[in-house]
Amino acid sequence: MARASVPAFIAREPWGVILPLTVLVLFGAAVLYSAAGGNLWPWSLLHVVRFGVFLTMAFVISRFSMDFIKAIAVPVYILLVLLLMAVEAMGFVGGGSQRWLNLGFMTLQPSELMKPGIVLILARLYDLLPGGHVQNFKSLLPPAVLIGLPVGLVLLQPDLGTSLAIMFGAVVVMFLAGLPMAWFISVGVAGMAAIPALFFFALHPYQQKRVLTFLDPESDPLGAGYHITQSQIAIGSGGFFGKGFGNGTQSHLNYLPEPHTDFVFATMAEEWGMAGGFFVIFVFGLLLRWGLKVAIAAPDRFSRLLAAGMTATIFFYTAVNLMMVMGLAPVVGIPLPFMSHGGSSMMTIMICVGLIMAVNRWSQRRVSNFD
Amino acid sequence: MAFGFGKRVAKPEQRVSAGELNNRFDRRTFFIGAVQGGIGLLLAGRMTYLAVAQNEKYELASESNRVDLTLIPPRRGWILDRDGVPLASNRADFRVDLIPDRIVDVDQTLQVLGDVLALTPAGITDLRDKIESTSGFRPVEVATGVDWEQFAALSVRLPDLPGVVPQRGFSRYYPTGPAVGHLLGYVGTVSAEEYEEEPEPLLITPGFKIGKDGVEKYFEHTLRGEPGARRAEVTASGKIVRDLDMREDVQGDPVQLTIDGPLQDYAARRLGPESGSVVVMDLKNGDILAASSMPSFDPNSFSDGIGRIEWKMLSEDDHVPLRNKVLSGLYPPGSTVKPFVSLAFLEGGLDPEESVVCNGGLRVGNRVFRCWNRRGHGRTNMAKGIYQSCDVYFYYFAQRIGMERIANMARRLGLGYQYPLPVASQSYGTVPDPEWKLKKYDKEWQAFDTVNATIGQGYMLVNPLQQAVMTSRIASGLRIQPRLLLENAPRPAPSLNLPEEHLQVVRQAMRDVVNGPGTAGRARLPIDGIELAGKTGTAQVVSLAYGRGGRDVPWKYRDHGHFICFAPADKPRYACAVAIEHGAGSSSAYPVARDVMTFLFDANKALEVLHNYEKEWGGTAQERLSRKYAAYEQAYGGAAPKPEQGEIQDAVEEGRRPAPSPSPVDAAGAPRPPEGDAPDPGVDGAAGDGDTPDTGTTD
Repeated sequence: MARASVPAFIAREPWGVILPLTVLVLFGAAVLYSAAGGNLWPWSLLHVVRFGVFLTMAFVISRFSMDFIKAIAVPVYILLVLLLMAVEAMGFVGGGSQRWLNLGFMTLQPSELMKPGIVLILARLYDLLPGGHVQNFKSLLPPAVLIGLPVGLVLLQPDLGTSLAIMFGAVVVMFLAGLPMAWFISVGVAGMAAIPALFFFALHPYQQKRVLTFLDPESDPLGAGYHITQSQIAIGSGGFFGKGFGNGTQSHLNYLPEPHTDFVFATMAEEWGMAGGFFVIFVFGLLLRWGLKVAIAAPDRFSRLLAAGMTATIFFYTAVNLMMVMGLAPVVGIPLPFMSHGGSSMMTIMICVGLIMAVNRWSQRRVSNFD
Repeated sequence: MAFGFGKRVAKPEQRVSAGELNNRFDRRTFFIGAVQGGIGLLLAGRMTYLAVAQNEKYELASESNRVDLTLIPPRRGWILDRDGVPLASNRADFRVDLIPDRIVDVDQTLQVLGDVLALTPAGITDLRDKIESTSGFRPVEVATGVDWEQFAALSVRLPDLPGVVPQRGFSRYYPTGPAVGHLLGYVGTVSAEEYEEEPEPLLITPGFKIGKDGVEKYFEHTLRGEPGARRAEVTASGKIVRDLDMREDVQGDPVQLTIDGPLQDYAARRLGPESGSVVVMDLKNGDILAASSMPSFDPNSFSDGIGRIEWKMLSEDDHVPLRNKVLSGLYPPGSTVKPFVSLAFLEGGLDPEESVVCNGGLRVGNRVFRCWNRRGHGRTNMAKGIYQSCDVYFYYFAQRIGMERIANMARRLGLGYQYPLPVASQSYGTVPDPEWKLKKYDKEWQAFDTVNATIGQGYMLVNPLQQAVMTSRIASGLRIQPRLLLENAPRPAPSLNLPEEHLQVVRQAMRDVVNGPGTAGRARLPIDGIELAGKTGTAQVVSLAYGRGGRDVPWKYRDHGHFICFAPADKPRYACAVAIEHGAGSSSAYPVARDVMTFLFDANKALEVLHNYEKEWGGTAQERLSRKYAAYEQAYGGAAPKPEQGEIQDAVEEGRRPAPSPSPVDAAGAPRPPEGDAPDPGVDGAAGDGDTPDTGTTD
């Protein structure tokens, strides 16, 4: 190995993941370049620059000590809830739904930050909760409140996709924290049973329509099923190796909606074919595998839950987006990490990556301390 | 399963050690990893399925997204008159169509179209009707003849207006407008039924028009041509990125008619505000030179669809502007039958000099039949019977010769037949005889039936074309067939096998109708050396219980006016028949015939007359029609009632069918209206009118 020639603190970084990620981001930039009709502006260049900034941020986060992270968990959570309330209040005053706060220099979407936020606070909670109480039914109350508050606020926006992402991260942390399996099974069964009721009473009409068209996109190919149909046409028409860089007709002639954000995978697959698709899936596989390995190797309960929860959050983004563009899930507005254009989501994902890197460092330090 | 179920572990004791929680974490992480891997495999599988197994399907879908195949409607073949001058041609213009299925917001689209194209409220209402009644991808025409600025302004806004198709195209142009409306028909966008019959993509291409009536419909396949096509790469909003390739259209073949365009136009305009028709035939080979029917519609404005205001105008007009009166009119011919009845008499062996004394009436059996001239014509032979149109002469000798012979002569001269012409329909008319009556009414033929038939009343019904054919056969002595299509080789007409001296008697008498002591002295041609020969006819439409058929009764009770003629009288070349519905007598018909015939020999002289008339009437037929439209638009705007579903279609079909047969009028049994320009005898003997028994009405 080339360890001798590189300083140890650099060699310790998980390059096996960061390099493929960088390639993925550059690949994403190429796709965005093509989607803009062969222009670096307005998406491609910004995409790379943002990744540079947020990667730096992730390195900074990875330097934080575990104590510091533990210490800020509660204040960060409280701050995010307050921000969510502020968004709600401003939306109420301004009339209509609003999801972001304009801070002047950037727009901040607090619901995005809540995805790692909820993982952090729950990891902290189960870290503090004595092991025996995990089985206790009463100990469900604190996490219920911690989850219910932000999820309720996000649902009010209304943003079903993000609230599902928050719940997913939270449930995975609780699952890994060792809560009785029976609880998950019964909640799962109850949830299945409640789906019809939820569908008719909890969903907005536009959301119901999305679900219905997902079940039968062909029924309305020019209306609500348009997104799914066009996305599948783009992916399917790419074949093995795609139509070639810059030759995607579905995206260039505007048949594909949102070719640079939610449907960027379809844009990519049309031009790069199945080969490009497998590459993307493979890199995500590397990232997630690394995340779970870091979690298993982590030194204590807090860091394990933290790393696994962050991995789950990344997984949720990726899986739901890919399933959506391939017609396996209803259309929900969730971007594809590292490829979709958009600052907020990339920041969230890089916070997750940064925290996994931090956990990675903590376990390395522990190991080296033993040496 | 490798990962623990909480319950099973929890049973022995409530407390769980940190180690157990760690184990549980490991197992469950493994489980989550497995789920993630599974979903990854699922996604890869789905990816493979879409891109490999379904590749062909999606490639096709992507290609049909990308490439837009636009058919270019072929330019329609021209319809030419006998001299090769177009009666219907095409004008290159900018046009705008709508495809209702692609419209997202109808109100907004209509508003923008209204603003940009400066549509009237009535126009917008019509457009809304059309959008509502059109299904599928059948296009709706918004406007033709759009000017360049409007076209450009609309093209710029296209991305916001899905379903709007502006394009360069050709629209049908009829230079003489209403004059050829009935003859040529019109073109229009394809109806649901027409598309069902012939489901070709061309039929629902924006800008394509199909022949809806007349020659346009009959020769649809000759005139249509081959569509061109353009393959273009288009964006989702329909904007063309670049043209891929293009095939020119092939223009349809022309159709050349025997019609003399200027004469057709003149005849139509000369009819003025009357409801009537003019047919002119060339005796050389039966060419129909003019077949004008008025009032008419303007095929130019019909071609963009029949709007509410047009519909209101048409349906309120009692002059039936949708009926082609030349072919579908059905009239009792009145005294215009007398020439052929005379021929029947001659054939029956009647000496033309044999005479009868007319005292203003004739008793047949127990009924008295009136001559139109109540004071009587005195001693009357055949010639006088024709030129003075003496009814008694015909009542009297018809008894001797019999109906069979008269009916046979009528058929020999072409009455009661349809001719082999390229038209949608013709009426047969009725040539009554005893056998016919028995079959139709199950009643015996009566003496008064013969009496009525000899003066062209009762059951006798003809259309104006038949009258023209009859006249041309009398004038030529040949069995002339009418011809409308110029490319059909003229067939030499066989002889009628009528003795020339018989024909001469009748022709001479017809000459005297105009140039002698006859009923139409004012029909003389204003041209030296060319004489007109003719016969007047006044046909009652209702029995006199409604009043006399003159100008003092409501329009629909007035007598029809007829005039048949040929010229020059000594060397017949042209034959003409004029029928004026409810013209209150033949004096409404023969001035029209005179001027139309004058046009054939001296067009300028005839036009001068027409221009004076048109000053009086307020412009040409086209001008009057558009003024009427403007007045209706002013009065009703967009508020005219919407035509019922299919109502327009029905009305157009109805206009093509023969008119309903009028009920027979027992005219001979009642006082007769005056013939020609003789003074109305009724003025003197008005007191005696009422006591004539109105007996023997046949219905």
